[in-house]
Amino acid sequence: MADKKLTVAKTGNEAMAEAMRQINPDVVAAYPITPATEIAQIFAGFVADGLVDTEFVTVESEHSAMSATIGAAAAGGRCMTATSSQGLMLMAEMLPIASSLRLPIVMPEVNRTISAPINIHCDHSDTMFVRDSGWMQVYCEDAQEAYDSILMGIKIAEKISLPMMVSTDGFIISHCMANIDLIPDEDVKEYIGKYNPKTWLLNPEKKITVGCLDLQDYYFEHKMVAIDAMRRAKGVIKECCKEFGARFGREYSFFDTYKIEDADIAILAMGSLTGTAKVAVDNMRRAGKKVGLIKMRVFRPFPADELARVVSGLKALAIMDRSDAMSGLEGPLAVETKAALYNNDTKPKIHSYVYGLGGRDVQISELESIYNDMDDLSRAKKKFDENVTYLGVRE
Amino acid sequence: MGNLTEIRWHGRGGQGAKTAALLFGEAAMSLGQHIQAFPEYGPERMGAPVQSFNRISQEPITLHCGVTNPDIVVVLDPTLIATVDVFQGLDKGDTIIINTEKAPGNIAEELKIKDKGIKVYTVDASGISKDEIGRDIPNTPMLGALVKVYGKLNIEHVLADMGKKLEKKFRNKPEIIDGNLKAIKRAYEEVKS
Repeated sequence: MADKKLTVAKTGNEAMAEAMRQINPDVVAAYPITPATEIAQIFAGFVADGLVDTEFVTVESEHSAMSATIGAAAAGGRCMTATSSQGLMLMAEMLPIASSLRLPIVMPEVNRTISAPINIHCDHSDTMFVRDSGWMQVYCEDAQEAYDSILMGIKIAEKISLPMMVSTDGFIISHCMANIDLIPDEDVKEYIGKYNPKTWLLNPEKKITVGCLDLQDYYFEHKMVAIDAMRRAKGVIKECCKEFGARFGREYSFFDTYKIEDADIAILAMGSLTGTAKVAVDNMRRAGKKVGLIKMRVFRPFPADELARVVSGLKALAIMDRSDAMSGLEGPLAVETKAALYNNDTKPKIHSYVYGLGGRDVQISELESIYNDMDDLSRAKKKFDENVTYLGVRE
Repeated sequence: MGNLTEIRWHGRGGQGAKTAALLFGEAAMSLGQHIQAFPEYGPERMGAPVQSFNRISQEPITLHCGVTNPDIVVVLDPTLIATVDVFQGLDKGDTIIINTEKAPGNIAEELKIKDKGIKVYTVDASGISKDEIGRDIPNTPMLGALVKVYGKLNIEHVLADMGKKLEKKFRNKPEIIDGNLKAIKRAYEEVKS
């Protein structure tokens, strides 16, 4: 592929819009919201310039954006939309309908906190709010990963017939220009192939009903089909990540690890923080500390067994959540990772952190002190009064 | 990460601090560097103090935290110095480039930073902009000054890359393209320490 390598400078939003152009969806219905607005805006430019064949529907709200996307997907189209924060909140009613109808919609999402107070900056509260909506969720470190994940997402979603949201950290990635390697249009076209839905509304040969009433006698069985699909999605994701890696040279997984092989201490995190954490790992390693990083990418389906295997050999683990579920427990990544470890014979000491709400910056030095705290925790030199620390919050 | 350079731009809303960071990033990328370019998002009002940032390295950049200790600061508007701490995070050996008619020595004295070991460069970017573009848009000349001070990018390559970018944007206004390119080149030549 080296001879075809096309390196460009793009922001996260530009990279996601570029992936959409190459996918050339049948229908895109979208409504603007900061910081995801540019995705649909740039894509609308592609439509106006005749670079795609997409039917672009300008709707009056995100609820309608998701509704129109669901309708078009049920009719047999390859359909996309994009949103963020309050927009995702407004879509919430429609999201489980997309997943239970088994519609392979792929949606770029830009992580922004949710109101109140009003704030346009990054945390993962928005996508975590809909983590139980039956959508697969992928959290990306940077623009390159977002671009790749959207292309892979089309393949995964259509194979397993479930929708997927692919998110970047608002402003930190969505508005940061960086080098990314694009895949040539014709290679993308060949890779994603033509979408052939098994059933669709506008097929006179095989008539179906979509979204009908389904009460006590069969609802459970029909819901079970969707539940089962999410359980099987892991296999499809694994296979698609491998294939993407073989074709294009960038291989991903449920989570990526950094210097974890001989590590005693690790941080588990998602999104852009993981890039900064790599630098912290390098600094700590130079100081002789055996530390590593686990970058969680796929949060839904949750790769419990795989994660349990990777962390079981660690002495201490810091779990970093960029959202708080206001559950009185810890952040969602911490709660689910601990659940995944319940059946493990060996498990590390764990402390969790909620960080960066509303876009609060986290510097390398803060991550280094977390590694040092975990080191102390592993040697019983430190005790925490609570299971979770709210990083850098003033009292 | 040893060769990582972090740059902070100070301007006022409308002066093109964001555009300058993006253009500089793109130019550096086209010359084989790994880059980041991002603005600080806050009050996006015309005239309000704004910042934008670059990271440049020969190696891939994974840092996504804010830039707190820049190596180079670029000040598009000298009136900002009275209200914004443009020196924040600058240490001994770091560099500041200021758009002003004044000589570096004079401004260093005026700002009482002579003993801090910060390298001060000045260039009359506003004057150059008025001469070459016909308006006070100091961002492109300051970009030329930055290319000189940064020292690792070939100015002819930068001008060629910039020409292509501007051509796309100002297809129907060739005088703007020429004016900007001349302004970049002049500031590159006229910036002084």
